[in-house]
Amino acid sequence: MNAPQPSAKAGPIRMSLSSRFENIEMVQHLCSRLLEGRDVPEETRHWILMAVREAVANAIKHGNGQDLSKHVHLEMDVVADTLVISIRDEGGGFDPSRVEDPLAPENRLKTSGRGIFYMKTFMDDVRFRRHASGGMEIVLKKNLGAIKEKEENPA
Amino acid sequence: MKTNVREAGGVQIVELKGKITIGSGDVQLRETINKLVDSGKKHILVDMKDVTTIDSSGIGELVGCYTSVTNKGGKLKLLHLPPKINDVLTVTQLITVFDVYEAETEALSSFKG
Repeated sequence: MNAPQPSAKAGPIRMSLSSRFENIEMVQHLCSRLLEGRDVPEETRHWILMAVREAVANAIKHGNGQDLSKHVHLEMDVVADTLVISIRDEGGGFDPSRVEDPLAPENRLKTSGRGIFYMKTFMDDVRFRRHASGGMEIVLKKNLGAIKEKEENPA
Repeated sequence: MKTNVREAGGVQIVELKGKITIGSGDVQLRETINKLVDSGKKHILVDMKDVTTIDSSGIGELVGCYTSVTNKGGKLKLLHLPPKINDVLTVTQLITVFDVYEAETEALSSFKG
């Protein structure tokens, strides 16, 4: 498959992926390319890519139940110094308010339930909504300008 | 992910190399540890030095391994935690669950206590 090649002026990247975990790497690669040429520290880049990984993995595993006939729909762009990533599955959806807190003592040793927490930890804004055409959409945002300002004017 | 198991001072040292991520390495980690536990090995040291990436599934498997070893009366400890994996364990407060060592000799000694 020929992956789209992003550039600073290319506009949003839009694509639909089959529900295979192997596709997570490709999404991370594309996101990394989107950040190329921008003043994003390696550390921040790493955590952004981890958040993206978690979002796509959730869509494939929990959203689409690894059903290969279902797709994950993705849009990534940098708008006014903010990285915006939208990931939508074709599943039945879930209630984000009912996701358990992985830091609660009773959940600490659970083998799952940390993906959304990691996304919220590493991104500035994480929102869920049921998409009009079905499925659950998650929108991740990271203000890249704020990182630069913080580096230039540390507290 | 590649795994290598060697023994030192009665401790099984599980060396992991590569990614522990969903669909790639997470199940392998569980199977490696379960095999040791099933064969009666109770002292397990997981060397994370060459782990390049871990995600929430990998962390979940690590926690699952810790629980299954502990439930059998054994101990599972971590060695050579890369900084970013340390961060991932720290934000979910799991760093307090695991015994983590920077030196193998120190880690091996800890099992004798």
